[in-house]
Amino acid sequence: MVDRLINRAGRRGAGDPAQDVESADPTAAVWARVQLARNLRRPRTLELLALIADDFVELHGDRFFGDDPAIVAGLARIDGRRVVVVGQQKGAETDENIRRNFGMPHPEGYRKAMRVMELGERLGLPIVTFVDVPGAHPGAESEERGIAESIARSIALMTRLRTPIVTVITGEGGSGGALAIAVGDVVLALENAVYSVISPEGCASILWRTPEQAPAAALAMRMTAADQLELGVVDEVISEPRDGAHTDHPATAAAVKAAVVRHLAALERRPLDELIDARYRRYRGLGAFTTLKVEPVVVPERPGFTERLRNLLGGSSRATNGTGPNAGSSHDEPPAREEV
Amino acid sequence: MPIKLPSFRQRRDTYPPDLWTQCPACQEMLFNKQLEKALRVCSNCGHHFRLSAAARLDLVLDANSFEERDPGLQSLDPLGFVDLKAYPDRVAAAQATTGLRDAAVWGFGEIGGRPVAICVMDFSFMGGSMGSVVGEKVVRSTEAALARRIPLVIVSASGGARMQEGTLSLMQLVKTVAGTERLRLAGVPLISVMSDPTTGGVFASFAALGDVNIAEPNALIGFAGARVSAGTIQGELPEGFQRSEFLFNHGFVDRVVHRSELRDELAKLVALMAPVPQADVTADNGNIPAFRPLSFLSALADRVIPESDETVRG
Repeated sequence: MVDRLINRAGRRGAGDPAQDVESADPTAAVWARVQLARNLRRPRTLELLALIADDFVELHGDRFFGDDPAIVAGLARIDGRRVVVVGQQKGAETDENIRRNFGMPHPEGYRKAMRVMELGERLGLPIVTFVDVPGAHPGAESEERGIAESIARSIALMTRLRTPIVTVITGEGGSGGALAIAVGDVVLALENAVYSVISPEGCASILWRTPEQAPAAALAMRMTAADQLELGVVDEVISEPRDGAHTDHPATAAAVKAAVVRHLAALERRPLDELIDARYRRYRGLGAFTTLKVEPVVVPERPGFTERLRNLLGGSSRATNGTGPNAGSSHDEPPAREEV
Repeated sequence: MPIKLPSFRQRRDTYPPDLWTQCPACQEMLFNKQLEKALRVCSNCGHHFRLSAAARLDLVLDANSFEERDPGLQSLDPLGFVDLKAYPDRVAAAQATTGLRDAAVWGFGEIGGRPVAICVMDFSFMGGSMGSVVGEKVVRSTEAALARRIPLVIVSASGGARMQEGTLSLMQLVKTVAGTERLRLAGVPLISVMSDPTTGGVFASFAALGDVNIAEPNALIGFAGARVSAGTIQGELPEGFQRSEFLFNHGFVDRVVHRSELRDELAKLVALMAPVPQADVTADNGNIPAFRPLSFLSALADRVIPESDETVRG
């Protein structure tokens, strides 16, 4: 894993100006954006806060187990407005990256996030979150302490917090590990950010059976900010300086600040009941399905031609015709898995 | 030149695949008819085979009490997703082999004579993956349980979110959990039954959040794939990692229940947890009784779900 992440860093030069290749090869263009989203020089929560916030006091620890350096949380003042901030934090250097576990949070990170967001609710402070994570930490200790439970509970909490929430996807929106702090009244994304249900490498190794097809998977999942805007998952895309956020932190921070402040101001004017109702409806409406007015799918119950012929010739002792409870999957095949 | 005719006679050295099943845990050959009788639990080692949605409903509900809702929900292809196969083709293939329209079925039923809302998942439909349809069915079951103030039972069997619907699948985590959270605040119980496997986005949403979490013995329950975990920690995974008993030992599962006892266990829980009947808060059109601060949620739910007519007896 460490090697893989260091490789990513080494390859970052490959995908610089995404725009130039856009028209030529859509797969290459998407992959260039994925590389930009993963760029080690991209501003993270703390870098952005240093440029955006007038004051920031970081709070540590989840009060149960420990403090997770992969998630930072605290109280801040942005444009004169008091807010609670939660965000993921990767490191720019290898040492810091190791200390911050490459930005992959453990359960205590999400429990810290929940604690601080609840504090925001009690104090009547709006919440701003910055999302940039490859995925939640997938190790044994993470499972032991309930990574899935902490993510589920954090999502649940954010659906009902009685205070405005603005979320900004700043880099990698990696599946559940991102979503745990990315439920908001408004979800913004930086232009070169990506958001996906599984890493493109994970998707490719399951559906294409090789991680080499990651660029194809990235294209198929439509994970760029522009695609997410079209799908309704993201509400607004924030433009980056021409060569990407990593080339100009102050300009990126200014654009993020302007968008966040504008949305906070709008959300604060709305009554809380209406806000919570609208948040529920926002997520309630996401999904693509249709309702058919037809009878349930019919499975052919008649034996096939060869089956009947075999019965006729008497060579068979088949008692059932595969219509028992698990028909269609008589073998317990290994489960299709998501990566995180 | 002689024409070679295909042989219609069965080879003597193989068992017909639908007559015998080999237990993957103890390699015992099990006679299918007896396996069905034993609720698809290996009589030799107690391995729990996976159950179809229909068999699961038969197992946990009182006879003939199931009333299916929303059977016509059909997934679309919002991304135009094509990997080695197009997504609509994968859905069609899964529909043909399982007879289901998607990986979940929900409706109303009774357990021990008490009404419940129930949603069950079926692993044989695309790995039980949660896309828009599964998410919608789960959230509708939560809204219906809230409106009727009856317990909700969700039986999970899923590899996680459905990749072919991209982040819209991911958003189903929020959608379903928003529903279960409203149940929690309104004091309507959610019983989550986790069967093999319950992983990824399903475990990281409603499945983990039951007021009571029940697991079938030795079911795979976890967030990340074991392969991913092993690659990350570069060492041996603990014995029984991500199995029901592992979760029980770490405090995330209330009870590990053998399949033969599941119905009785659920009946007891439903009887003990069923919300106390109260004046119909949904009838007075959002007029909130001052002494019950949480009941506005029921009123909200009533505004969100139009009760559909398309009921199919199942």
